[in-house]
Amino acid sequence: MTEFLIANMAPIIFASLVVFLLLGFPVAFALGANGIIFGWIGIELGLFHPAFFQALPERIFGGIMNNDTLLAIPFFTFMGLILERSGMAEDLLETIGQLFGPIRGGLAIAVIFVGAMLAATTGVVAASVISMGLISLPIMLRYGYDRRLASGVIAASGTLAQIIPPSLVLIIIADQLGKSVGDMYKGAFIPGFVLTSLYLLYVVGMAMFRPASAPALPPEARTFREPNGSSGMVSLGVVTVLSVAAALFWRSTQPADRPLDELIVIGMMIGLGTGFAIASVNRLLKLKLLSQMAERVTFVLIPPLALIFLVLGTIFIGIATPTEGGAMGATGALIMAIARKRLNFGLLRQAMDSTAKLTTFVIFILVGARVFSLTFYGVDGHRWVEHLLSDLPGGEVGFLIVVNVLVFFLAFFLDFFELAFIILPLLAPAAEALGIDLIWFGILMAVNMQTSFMHPPFGFALFYLRSVAPFKAYKDHVTGKHTEPVTTGQIYWGAVPFVIIQIIMVGLVIAFPQLVGHDKPTYVEGESPVIDIQKMLDEDAAADAAREAEKDGAGGTATDPAEAMRKALQEGMK
Amino acid sequence: MNFLLQFSRLVDAVSEAVGRATLWLILVVVLISAGNAVMRYAFDISSNAWLEIQWYIFSAIFLFSAAYVLKKNEHIRIDIIAGRLSERAQNWIDVFGILVFLLPMASIIAWLSWPVFMNAWESGEVSANYGGLVRWPVRLMLPLGFALLILQAVAELIKRVAFLTGHGPNVLAKASGPTAEEELAAAIKKHQVAPEVADIVNMNHDMAVADSKEGERK
Repeated sequence: MTEFLIANMAPIIFASLVVFLLLGFPVAFALGANGIIFGWIGIELGLFHPAFFQALPERIFGGIMNNDTLLAIPFFTFMGLILERSGMAEDLLETIGQLFGPIRGGLAIAVIFVGAMLAATTGVVAASVISMGLISLPIMLRYGYDRRLASGVIAASGTLAQIIPPSLVLIIIADQLGKSVGDMYKGAFIPGFVLTSLYLLYVVGMAMFRPASAPALPPEARTFREPNGSSGMVSLGVVTVLSVAAALFWRSTQPADRPLDELIVIGMMIGLGTGFAIASVNRLLKLKLLSQMAERVTFVLIPPLALIFLVLGTIFIGIATPTEGGAMGATGALIMAIARKRLNFGLLRQAMDSTAKLTTFVIFILVGARVFSLTFYGVDGHRWVEHLLSDLPGGEVGFLIVVNVLVFFLAFFLDFFELAFIILPLLAPAAEALGIDLIWFGILMAVNMQTSFMHPPFGFALFYLRSVAPFKAYKDHVTGKHTEPVTTGQIYWGAVPFVIIQIIMVGLVIAFPQLVGHDKPTYVEGESPVIDIQKMLDEDAAADAAREAEKDGAGGTATDPAEAMRKALQEGMK
Repeated sequence: MNFLLQFSRLVDAVSEAVGRATLWLILVVVLISAGNAVMRYAFDISSNAWLEIQWYIFSAIFLFSAAYVLKKNEHIRIDIIAGRLSERAQNWIDVFGILVFLLPMASIIAWLSWPVFMNAWESGEVSANYGGLVRWPVRLMLPLGFALLILQAVAELIKRVAFLTGHGPNVLAKASGPTAEEELAAAIKKHQVAPEVADIVNMNHDMAVADSKEGERK
């Protein structure tokens, strides 16, 4: 009996973990208790030294408390919560809806566009789904959109926040894989764009082949009209061309070896600044050169793009670490909400309350996971999983297929945090042993885990949409028409095409690994100020890696001699 | 039982007060971190003390909110199976979980982290970084936070047992009052002129209220 236990400790621990979690007691404690109970059994069986648990406080102190990366979780959550009340999303939806509305499928395109834009300012799914569900869904229903298409596009666009930087998912995956958040963000940039394009492609396809499912706004619903009846698109076109030209002109003056991400960020800012300048001069001097449409679109794009620059721009250029980027974004969101007179004491307290709760339950799952992994790694459980996974037929491809199918199905039952803290650390060593690039692997997992928000019936995005979609028939105030409610079945079926797109995207990332961008370390020292920044980011990454290496030892920060000494003392005690 | 319930109310009040005070640290740490980035970039000033205070505050946020979050029942669960069980079964699971999972885990961590704090206190441990902070306050947070969590776990245990023995209400039942999502919907409605938005929000709110009333009757 004892020998059987000792020989099969890892599978036994894993099996009982599944049972513990399914009991429905909070994950953090079930996970930690599993580690404690089997750690104690291990001590009794003579597998571990009696002082085995002495390492626990240090594992929490060094790996979780003294961890700048995790600090980004409350920052981006807080930013998202303040932003969702600031009214920015509503303004965007209204204006972009008017911009694209006159074409077939335009409202759905506007939803995807705004979803991607909100995703690039913050990392919270609930906010965008609720805003879009309240603002865009009634309009889409009014003008006869297919209900499944309408609800699917809203839920899916909301989940873009998970893959487009700065997302919480990528921060947590970076921490779990021991990579720098900045690299993770850079890697996710192009996949995020491609995924958004796939959504757009689907909507355009629907509008072309099933025109009834996505009609254009009728003329009477187009509210931004010039006095002479024109839509004002020409003037918007002129502003756009001027802005793009300004950005391209700046680009042509830059040295060829400037990193692409900086070119994109600064170029965008220059283009935007040009548009903003044109619109401001027009308004201040009352020139009336611009149409209402051109002015509205320009002004409504300023706040989100400014926030994107404040967060992603500063991270990519290397002014701020991702954590500080989150703090600056949160400060920017606060300033914006105050400027729009949307911030009051109650709202601020509410946002802090939700932030504290989310941060606490997320970090506590991590605490539980680290207690668990002390025991699980202690019995070489990671080796067991590694053997299990790397002995699969088909080598790397076989591994990727099995892992992706596994995560896809687990995502029906587990939400993202559970997947990231429990499953990911088990998969990572096996991936590394197979020579898989962890940044690429992390992004692949992020795209896959995004489905956990869309899977019926537990997907959070569907749940949020359900809470704001009409339950009962109502009378539309504009057309006076009797409007049927959106059924739960329609919401579930609407998500299916987007889940399929997600699977296609997983396939694309596997087939074309170059989609995940990487920095090429080709810079020579002393050429331009850019290099120092590059160096700083690299050092950041190195520090991260060092911290990760330290994590699984008993020790605290590498730079701290007092800690190191105490660690040595503890080691001696064992 | 009465005495025990009084004790659990006292613990609830303490956790609530600590949790509500801790909230403000979020605003504080946001401003400190943004300030650090701006100062470093604009004035080339950086201070290790101001960098280290960030993770001190971060630790305080999640350790001192843990009991509050437990009281609000917001530590996430996997309830695919438990969600289908009866109210009594759910309460029994919690009694088991608190006794076998939560209390042993929290006690071991609190117990083992205390000597680490004492060590830091007696040796006057200071950060190795130039101008860094003294370490004992952050070392103290770990046993303190887990001690609060243990107290709240005992309070929750009392409440579950009180329900199971017919001495109190089922605290696991869906809390009344608006959820965060409902509050957001209401906020959007307030600023939105489109009348159907208001209609839908009101309608869904009525539905939710009706649902929760039905739940209470069951």
